[in-house]
Amino acid sequence: MKDLIGIKDLSRQNIEEILNTAKAFKEVLNRDIKKVPTLRGKTAINLFFEPSTRTRTSFELAEKRLSLDVLNFSISMSSVVKGETLYDTLKTIEAYNVDYIVIRHSSSGAAKFVAENTTASVINAGDGINEHPTQALLDAFSILEVKGRIDGLKIAIVGDIIHSRVARSNLYLLSNFDTEIRFVGPPTLLPKDPPDNVKIFYDIKEGLKDVDVVMLLRIQLERQNAAFIPSLKEYFHVWGLKKDIFSYLKSDAIIMHPGPMNRGVEISTEVADSPRSIILRQVTNGIAIRMAVIYLLTPKEI
Amino acid sequence: MIIKIYNAYMIDPFTNKEGIVDIFIEDGVISKVQLKNKVKSLKTNSKSSSSIMEIEASGLYVFPGLIDMHTHLREPGYEYKETIRTGTLAAIRGGFTSVCCMANTNPVNDNPEVTYYILAKAKEEGSCDVYPIGAITKGLKGEELSEMVMLKEAGCVAFSDDGMPVMNPLIMRRALEYSKTIDAPIISHCEDLFLSENGVMNEGKLSFYLGLKGIPKASEEIMVSRDVILSKHFKAPIHIAHVSTKGSVEIIKKAKEEGVHVTAETCPHYFTLTEEAVASYNTNAKVNPPLRTEEDKEAIIEALKEDIIDVIASDHAPHHIDEKKVPFQEALNGISGVETAFALSLRLVHDGILNLRELIEKFTINPSRILKINKNGIKEGAEADLIVVDIEREWIVDKEKLVSLGKNTPFDGWRLKGKVLFAFKGKKTFDMRE
Repeated sequence: MKDLIGIKDLSRQNIEEILNTAKAFKEVLNRDIKKVPTLRGKTAINLFFEPSTRTRTSFELAEKRLSLDVLNFSISMSSVVKGETLYDTLKTIEAYNVDYIVIRHSSSGAAKFVAENTTASVINAGDGINEHPTQALLDAFSILEVKGRIDGLKIAIVGDIIHSRVARSNLYLLSNFDTEIRFVGPPTLLPKDPPDNVKIFYDIKEGLKDVDVVMLLRIQLERQNAAFIPSLKEYFHVWGLKKDIFSYLKSDAIIMHPGPMNRGVEISTEVADSPRSIILRQVTNGIAIRMAVIYLLTPKEI
Repeated sequence: MIIKIYNAYMIDPFTNKEGIVDIFIEDGVISKVQLKNKVKSLKTNSKSSSSIMEIEASGLYVFPGLIDMHTHLREPGYEYKETIRTGTLAAIRGGFTSVCCMANTNPVNDNPEVTYYILAKAKEEGSCDVYPIGAITKGLKGEELSEMVMLKEAGCVAFSDDGMPVMNPLIMRRALEYSKTIDAPIISHCEDLFLSENGVMNEGKLSFYLGLKGIPKASEEIMVSRDVILSKHFKAPIHIAHVSTKGSVEIIKKAKEEGVHVTAETCPHYFTLTEEAVASYNTNAKVNPPLRTEEDKEAIIEALKEDIIDVIASDHAPHHIDEKKVPFQEALNGISGVETAFALSLRLVHDGILNLRELIEKFTINPSRILKINKNGIKEGAEADLIVVDIEREWIVDKEKLVSLGKNTPFDGWRLKGKVLFAFKGKKTFDMRE
């Protein structure tokens, strides 16, 4: 495989290979010396057209742990402001002879476009509302660590589904396993025509009943202005995870969030900081997953 | 120059004549149209010299030159996408001897100077007749009416803010009422921009799957309803451009049954493709209104059959490759379609959905009536305006070979059946046998 554009393109076997490889890398990350010489002499560029601290840092750390030379190319210093097209930016970068391009872009399909127009290996770090495959992989890895399996689980994804690349990537990943997938949230933020294998719940209590995993999504303030929800306050009142969930959630259910969290919007402090939350574990696992993905991709021979 | 076409099968909805015919054209004027009982073969095959061209056309069809009532010629202002010269030549290759060019040029065709410019350019460099469509509102802004009477006098045959729908229903009401003074139809691109938001494809399961923002069918249907209601209450004709949904068809059907003065067009891509064409993020299939679902496609085919949809137009929307070689979300809308529209539509005949006469009406007499451009058809004494077509001839669409500067076609590589071999427009003769 040359690129990782989306979970859509992966089989269960591909996914399991990445998860297994990540397991080995996680072991490396727990060592005293956390760096392996695997990709010494190769170069990665993090091409971020959207502001991101967490994902970019996680990729950068993963790249450095693999001994890659790392370049960061972010929006503030990019040529976009000078009117250069994505195609030209890409050709310029290609002329640097880089081996890996990690791209985040606000347009859905941007990562595919980049992959089709370069010989370097491309990793999608989020394209518009389409996919964020490494997030779904690190989520799966985290579930596997805690639950020991993915098959047989009931998983609820809660919040702004329609605008979420995290939700989509998780949906495609979990659909490769024997899972029950639920979307929970206000009707305005759920798809009008949901995928066939998804159950829709407007009621949070019903939606979280019997689930093993709760995946929260970040609610953005803009959604209030565009009339998706009346206010963040009302969202929290109805769909925010507050401590009362402990009265009806399964006792071993886990709570996940891709970050950054909005305390008091989609999650309360009591829930975020509870032992059920595996949010920080997700962050740590992100590095191992990204190392695995980079490691497994083979740049195309010229 | 004398042109003699022998033994062609003519279908002419204007004169209501059909049959085997010999047609002579002298200096751009039809001098003879002789219907006959059977083919009388020439001793020789087609031949031509500097003064005479003889075409043995048995097995071929002759139709009046097709009319494309929805074309973007892009000139003035966007000559890098298309010019009047290339766009009208592309039209000829597609069988169109008349095109109506939309007003979204730069400057916008909202004042007579622009209309004069387009017509002068067309006269000088054009291959076919060009009928400009004026803007409904100044600058396509949807605020003030353009000077419709003066535009009509300058040569505009209809009015449309195509692509920039008139969102304010009061302005649309005024435009419809005012248009009665000039006897020219208002053509409406039906789209509620609030509902479309920043959508880039049809909204549904596939848009969710692809992570692309959807344009709901309601966005089109609400505006079709609005415009039909305005047309009914204020008694002015309305023409609905590029119908793409089953719901729109139903609204138009009901309105026609009630006697509302509504006509409608669709484009080949809406009865040939579905949203699946964008599943690979193919920007050449990105068009507005977006490609819809199988159900819509079938409803449009049925509507063509039942004459709920009167016209097939290309909505030829050429773009530069740089405007399509970008991520899907950022690509401009439009298909370069004037060269493939007729051949794609012939599929309806080959598939037994329409007969040839029904199809030809949607390309000739129907747009001529809606636009009131008084085409004569194929008759003695009239200017030559006809095409010779081999409806069985197969050819493969090659975007690089399109005459249009716009190579943005989702039909690249398609094998189509039906080729325009000759076009005769006045003194201009186009031999496209290859």
